[in-house]
Amino acid sequence: MALLTVQDLTMHYRTKLGGVHAVDGVSFAMAEGEAIGLVGESGCGKTSVAMALLRLLPDNAQILGGEILFEGRDLVKLSEHEMRKVRWRSISMVFQAAMNSLNPVYRVGQQIIEAIQQHLSVSEREARSRVAEHYNLVGLDPKLMDRYPHEYSGGMKQRAVIAMALACSPKLIIADEPTTALDVIVQDRILRRINEVRAEFNMAMMYISHDIAVIAEVAERIGVMYAGWIVEMADTVSVFKHPAHPYTIALMSAFPSIKGDKRVLAQLPGEPPNLLAPPSGCRFHPRCPHATAECVDEAPRLEEIDKGHFVSCWHPQRRSQ
Amino acid sequence: MTDRTPAQYAITPLWKMRLRLLARTSRQNWSLFWESRIGPVGLLIIGLFLLAMVAHPILISTVWEPRVYDPVMGFDRALIGRHPAPPSWSHPLGTDPIGRDVLSQLMWSARSAFALGVTAAVISVVIGTLIGAVCAYFGGVVDVVFMRLADLVMLFPFIALLMVLRSVLPLTLIRLALILGALSGLGGITIVLKSQALTVKVKPYIEAARVAGGGSWHIIRRHIIPNIMPLTFLYMMFNVTAAIFTEAVLSFFGFLDIRMSWGVMINTAQQAGYLGAFGHYWWLWAPAGAAITLLCFAFYLVGRGLDAVVNPRLRRR
Amino acid sequence: MSENGLLTVAGLSKLFPVKKRTYSLRVRNFIHAVDGLSFSVERGEVFGLVGESGCGKTTTGKLIVKLLDPTAGAVLLGGENTASIRRGKPLRAFRRRVQMIFQDPYESLNPRFTVFDTVAEPLVVQNRHSVAERERAVAEILVAVGLAPPETFMFRFPHELSGGQRQRVSIARAMVIHPDFVAADEPTSMLDVSIRAGIMELLLGLRADLGVSYLYITHDLAVARYMCNRIGVMYLGKIVELGPAEEVVQNSLHPYTQALIASVPVPDPTYHRQPGEIKGDVAAPIDPPARCRFYPRCPRGDKQCEEVSHPPLDELQPGHFVACYKASAQSRG
Repeated sequence: MALLTVQDLTMHYRTKLGGVHAVDGVSFAMAEGEAIGLVGESGCGKTSVAMALLRLLPDNAQILGGEILFEGRDLVKLSEHEMRKVRWRSISMVFQAAMNSLNPVYRVGQQIIEAIQQHLSVSEREARSRVAEHYNLVGLDPKLMDRYPHEYSGGMKQRAVIAMALACSPKLIIADEPTTALDVIVQDRILRRINEVRAEFNMAMMYISHDIAVIAEVAERIGVMYAGWIVEMADTVSVFKHPAHPYTIALMSAFPSIKGDKRVLAQLPGEPPNLLAPPSGCRFHPRCPHATAECVDEAPRLEEIDKGHFVSCWHPQRRSQ
Repeated sequence: MTDRTPAQYAITPLWKMRLRLLARTSRQNWSLFWESRIGPVGLLIIGLFLLAMVAHPILISTVWEPRVYDPVMGFDRALIGRHPAPPSWSHPLGTDPIGRDVLSQLMWSARSAFALGVTAAVISVVIGTLIGAVCAYFGGVVDVVFMRLADLVMLFPFIALLMVLRSVLPLTLIRLALILGALSGLGGITIVLKSQALTVKVKPYIEAARVAGGGSWHIIRRHIIPNIMPLTFLYMMFNVTAAIFTEAVLSFFGFLDIRMSWGVMINTAQQAGYLGAFGHYWWLWAPAGAAITLLCFAFYLVGRGLDAVVNPRLRRR
Repeated sequence: MSENGLLTVAGLSKLFPVKKRTYSLRVRNFIHAVDGLSFSVERGEVFGLVGESGCGKTTTGKLIVKLLDPTAGAVLLGGENTASIRRGKPLRAFRRRVQMIFQDPYESLNPRFTVFDTVAEPLVVQNRHSVAERERAVAEILVAVGLAPPETFMFRFPHELSGGQRQRVSIARAMVIHPDFVAADEPTSMLDVSIRAGIMELLLGLRADLGVSYLYITHDLAVARYMCNRIGVMYLGKIVELGPAEEVVQNSLHPYTQALIASVPVPDPTYHRQPGEIKGDVAAPIDPPARCRFYPRCPRGDKQCEEVSHPPLDELQPGHFVACYKASAQSRG
């Protein structure tokens, strides 16, 4: 049984200029212990999906339709009070700016202990030993628990935040660009830790990033988002080796790599669309090299072109190897 | 690329484009100001005072006999012995203890209030902007000198200063405006505008301007001052309020050599001993007091309205 | 290193004072942000400076364009020392030859300037052109950076442009007076993936069309490999490895470069990277000891490395310089 099933999730932001179609008809499912990656550019709706799962949306956001089934319960229908029990306890999160979310006047360890005690009825001592355990897990010296945030480096803070996210042994952890602000060497260590911890506790993870290289290393399955849609979803190897959506293909070849031959980078014409008034039909058609009249008129649906390989495109690119 | 030569691109002359842009930004800013709701209310009140100010000389030259209605020299012989007279048809707000028409005084004083408030505010803001921008940009000795001066000015007992000054030279309206403007320009405003200029100074576009070859004055004039201008305008509004208020207080105590103002009106009532009987003779102090309060309030509202335009945090979505 | 480069940096150092205790005035320590840097950039070359945050690469860029003054050492432009250039005419002449592109496309444009104002600013400041010439130059450069037709962009404000368009405006501002040398400080790191490639291609195209040379500052080795002819890898204010881009990436000799390369994620799920051998975290270079800067984190360092001063850049292979005693010993023995 799937741990999380998102069905036709649609969420808009109300603004003075009209509704922003941030997330439109997004559907996917996650098995227990599975690591899913969401890739896309800024404004493609990947963070909005994460925030909708946690119901941490700004006031002007409206979930217009769809359901988010987590362990059989629809999170969209839960009251704020019930939702609070789900957050941290069952679904926890690490954000890009999370390292700035530590309160500068409290010791880091104490902040995590308090977070644990809010959700679990454990004694201070138990909570403390639990935090020490998780510090070891993320590669931090437990002695650092009694230090203040300003005594931590950026990488250490981000690890502490990850330890905090792990503290209640959640079923699902949502990581939104957790290493984007960090240097590569630190990023590498954290990614390795995340992979180890996840494997050890059989924890499901949704990893959100704009960097396909990072996603390639942490995710088992990838959803590619563009302009509020999931345009392609498949296991990681398929997405990288046989991308079918023209956007995915462009994304794959837009990155320079330090491995392999030096090749010319693909350039996508134009800019991502304005989601106040998204393009008709397929939202990618204004930038797509394969667009036809059909693409302009009608929106494609996510269809299975191969086993477990879903593409939302009228002209999916077949394996060309 | 097209086959037109670049020279053919700029079809519209530069100045026309600039005018068009100016019109567009003003329209956008006005709509933000309008949406703040309180801003337009303030503007309306200021408008009413301006109307009164303009109407006064017209009334004097048409229906109001100057010998009776002159705000300073007038005297109504018809009511001899009954001054201060309560409101009546000929004197809608009554007369003061020496037989002058209160409404006429009230309307006439609007002019001095505006003159004082606006002059003082403009002076203070010009001084504050220049010094703030220069201190922020250059730092070092210049900064230290002006900031210590600002500390000094803010701590200075300036009422005492005014009293001493008055013994040397009469404190007319214009002198008061200059002094108030200079004091507040060198004091609090400088510090606020300097801190704003500091946040502008560290922006990468300042570095970009330096790399483009811009000298210090070019950067201060073209980049720093325009970017602290919005805050400058805001403070100008609040400063008008402060200046009018100060004038009223000083006039009330009789420190100024001004023949007529709202403060002077209340002072006259007090001098003649009519403020004690609070409920009676209300027309001697209430209209002037209300005018001071209302005009200050109006400028404050406009300032708050401008705040909504200037402050992007207040206008999300 | 070649002596006839367009721009030569010789022994360049920049120290920033840090007050250690709040109430002491005298006891001052220094962050050695850039420490004895030497390299040269040829005409038409793209020279990359790569390193992690805090390694001094941005400071180096600012020293070269004279946004900062060096503590020691010199920057030579066409053989002429730029240290004596202070203000007025000589500085304006220098600005005509050396420009900079900034990282943040949002903050590096004055929000109150239209695109025209921003791009024309160097021309206005230089004051050598008539109004008509200025307009023409701006229109031409806007077309060249891909903002065509220019009349639709000239009078827009930054907030009406996308991130990619803003960065193109920023590039146009740097290029409008046809400089010889441009320092580009992470020009693509804040842009979206699908926009990045376009900006990188634009910069390479402008190099070919206008004959500019770049100092390309980036934290991303893959980008440096793509953009640059030669790369210098910086660690705590020092260049630890310098050589042709492919050489440095494919055949790195310094343990730090090797660790850096081992840490870059590879966009290929079937490829399994070996973890890098580096220990610990970067420390701020406040009055560092004379020994090799990388010693505390180095997997190969030994007693010899600890006792002698920071290794010099040694030409181990033609054009490939490395500052490491162990690498030098290995290649000789």
